[in-house]
Amino acid sequence: MRNPARRKFLKASAALAGTLVIGFWLPEASRNARAQAPQAPKPIAPNAFLRIGPDGSVTVMVKHLEFGQGVTTSLPMLLCEELECDWTKVRYELAPAAPEYAHTAFGVQMTGGSSSVWNSYDQLRTAGAQGRTMLLAAAASQWKVPVSEVRAQNGFAIGPGGRKLSYGQLSAAAAKLPAPEAVTLKDPKDFTLIGKPTRRIDSAEKTDGRARFGLDVQRKDLHVAVIARPPVFGALLKAMNPDKVKAVPGVTHVVELVSGVAVVGTNFWSAKKGRDALEVDWDLGPGAKLDSPALFTAFSEAAKAPGPLARKAANPEAMKAAAKTLVAEYQVPYLAHAPMEPLNCTVEVQGDRAEIWVGSQFQGVDHPAAAKALGLPLENVRLNTMLAGGGFGRRANPVSDYVVEACELARKVKVPVKVIWTREDDIRGGFYRPMYVHRAEVGLDARNKVIAWNHAIVGPSILQGTPFESMLVKDGIDSTSVEGVADTPYAIPNLQVTLQSKSLDVPVLWWRSVGNSHTAFVMETMMDELAAAAGEDPVAYRRALLAGKPRVLNTLELVAAKAGWGSPVPAGRARGVAVHESFNSVCAQVAEVSLVKGEVKVHKIVAAFDCGRVVNPMTVEAQLQGAIAFGLSAALFGKITLKDGRVEQSNFHDYRVLRMNEMPLVEVHLVPGGDKPTGVGEPGVPPVAPAVANAVFALTGKRVRSLPFADSVRT
Amino acid sequence: MAKFFVNGDLVDFRGAPDTPLLWALRDQLNLTGTKFGCGMAQCGACTVHLDTVPIRSCVTPVSAIEGKRVVTIEGIAHTSQAKAANAVRAAWVDKDVVQCGYCQSGQIMSAIALLQKNKSPSDADIDSAMSGNICRCGTYQRIREAIHSAAASLRKA
Repeated sequence: MRNPARRKFLKASAALAGTLVIGFWLPEASRNARAQAPQAPKPIAPNAFLRIGPDGSVTVMVKHLEFGQGVTTSLPMLLCEELECDWTKVRYELAPAAPEYAHTAFGVQMTGGSSSVWNSYDQLRTAGAQGRTMLLAAAASQWKVPVSEVRAQNGFAIGPGGRKLSYGQLSAAAAKLPAPEAVTLKDPKDFTLIGKPTRRIDSAEKTDGRARFGLDVQRKDLHVAVIARPPVFGALLKAMNPDKVKAVPGVTHVVELVSGVAVVGTNFWSAKKGRDALEVDWDLGPGAKLDSPALFTAFSEAAKAPGPLARKAANPEAMKAAAKTLVAEYQVPYLAHAPMEPLNCTVEVQGDRAEIWVGSQFQGVDHPAAAKALGLPLENVRLNTMLAGGGFGRRANPVSDYVVEACELARKVKVPVKVIWTREDDIRGGFYRPMYVHRAEVGLDARNKVIAWNHAIVGPSILQGTPFESMLVKDGIDSTSVEGVADTPYAIPNLQVTLQSKSLDVPVLWWRSVGNSHTAFVMETMMDELAAAAGEDPVAYRRALLAGKPRVLNTLELVAAKAGWGSPVPAGRARGVAVHESFNSVCAQVAEVSLVKGEVKVHKIVAAFDCGRVVNPMTVEAQLQGAIAFGLSAALFGKITLKDGRVEQSNFHDYRVLRMNEMPLVEVHLVPGGDKPTGVGEPGVPPVAPAVANAVFALTGKRVRSLPFADSVRT
Repeated sequence: MAKFFVNGDLVDFRGAPDTPLLWALRDQLNLTGTKFGCGMAQCGACTVHLDTVPIRSCVTPVSAIEGKRVVTIEGIAHTSQAKAANAVRAAWVDKDVVQCGYCQSGQIMSAIALLQKNKSPSDADIDSAMSGNICRCGTYQRIREAIHSAAASLRKA
């Protein structure tokens, strides 16, 4: 975290009449912009984070994408903690792409890595304190009293003798004042909003149909496009015949794009029927040879050979002294993100200007990519952030696939156009969580104590070939492939980790919790297996290896206590435990499962969570419930498989996700006492699969080493 | 071409008769509260009421609803089901159900239909009425709590 005192580049302007507008920018943020931050920071207009209207309404600009995680509430909470305004008058607005909304640590405007709250924590509190300072100065000046005699309370400046002026009354005058260079932030013990369970401020519009997502954008003369993309990754268009398409009423254009053939119509149904009628011939290329079983076999063979080192054992010879070795191989499949709102992007070009509406996690990457695809200067392109119906990483694409494609089309057809992906396009569209094979060879001494551990990981790299490669890939090791193993909190002697990154035609991408989505499954089921080998209780066994990691240990202890670890379980059920550190937070879970007609049924999950300082406990609880549902969907059912290069799944009937009747009861316990916030959205995902797998072992005596359970657990 | 009612208004739809009601609502009538999620009645995001019965508008061609009455999330609070609609919405807000919110129009339309015919739904009743509505954010637990809470408030009213 940077020191807020250094953030003094505040600019105030009254661009909107009678409105206090506060913004500041962070030149030093560009130091971290190793990925893609083409825009030089510059003074902003007309606003950045805060707007106070004459009516006293407080509008907070939300620089991160809202896709469920609740930033439209938690980020205003940060700012308003210092502003001392009336919370019932707080509104949000989604910030468009602009350099002043860059992530304070990553240097480019984006939402990911469970970082929205922590990277805004100092920034938005500072913005709120600056706003308050200016409002109080305006009041002091009007009353002609020293500012020290004026205090802020619930949207009012209160002066000597109890005189009051509302923020709305002061807004215009405050906007003319110089911004304070430095402000003092509250002592956390004085927080009144941060830490208080607070209902979301976007609930009303999301329960009566008003909320506008990307898919809901309407423009005059708006056309809709669906795109025929190749059936095999890497295939190229050989020939197409649009004759039958043009006979479909409502179809207006058939256009070749880099990614496929776009069929454009006056409405979705025309475009969709047009695409159904399109005759296309593809040059399939080598991608047509890809088969999931063969890939697993090849990865499995590769895992037996040495690969590049991600972590070197202190003593590489230690394994030789093992009394016995335990070898386990794990397989996890490709996974699709499958957000409820299918991908879409709307683009309107007018002369040398363009406007884009998209629910993007990567405004700072998509914006320049869009300008390039449109052939326009960046400043002539406005990218509006829309609400997104989920994303889970899919809307944070370093190559901006669905945005660039829509821009290319808009440039060619010269009408406003919304590209809509069908669910089939989404499930078959690639950018998956990669498939991986792990092979762990653990050396035990005569007393079943671990003395060496060789761990091989084989699978595609998410970051190779992207602008993030220079940042997160070192010496051929993609850190997102090995996180959760190479940096394990367990005191494992002589742990050696290798990674072989396999380049395939299947595009891959981060997926909620990234590498931890598979590494936690492997590590935490292995720990359970090693506990069993040592004849020890799984919690006690972990405890001994976590002595130097109080935060992980405390979270494990909390879940064990809250779940009644060791107490009797209802007949036919068993418990399993897992704990995992990710995104600088720790989540431990105890799952209670049974088998119903041979399928794993998860009844209950007790979770303990340390995410540092909790900003909104209601949202954190919701994120844990959601992360568990998401992790369980993948653990129970999730798989994308290839046969002759074609994706075998297509929609929710064969890419099954968790439904109401499959949702376990989730109980969340937060570890109190954190100083600064750490990640929330993702860390709840990794422990789910291993906690359930360990419960299945407790129930059946069978180890689950591949996912999903629907395939691997048979009774 | 088809004629039907949407939220009380007569609609004279001039497009292709096989157009799913979902796209007639979204593209022709600008009623975008009803969502597209799967196009094959798998996810429930497109749930609307047809003569008070919840249906999946993504697989219902307009030709099949000639003369019928469609109610969407935008209109439900102005119908004879207003009491249930308001109770469900209030419970959704109170229990802080929504996350991304995309599926919630469909969830709410299904929940209102459930409470119309069942004043005291059990967990099993909720499972069976709501399992056709997918939520990828995983708001199921709070949806369940909100339905129980809305049912209780309707019984008291």
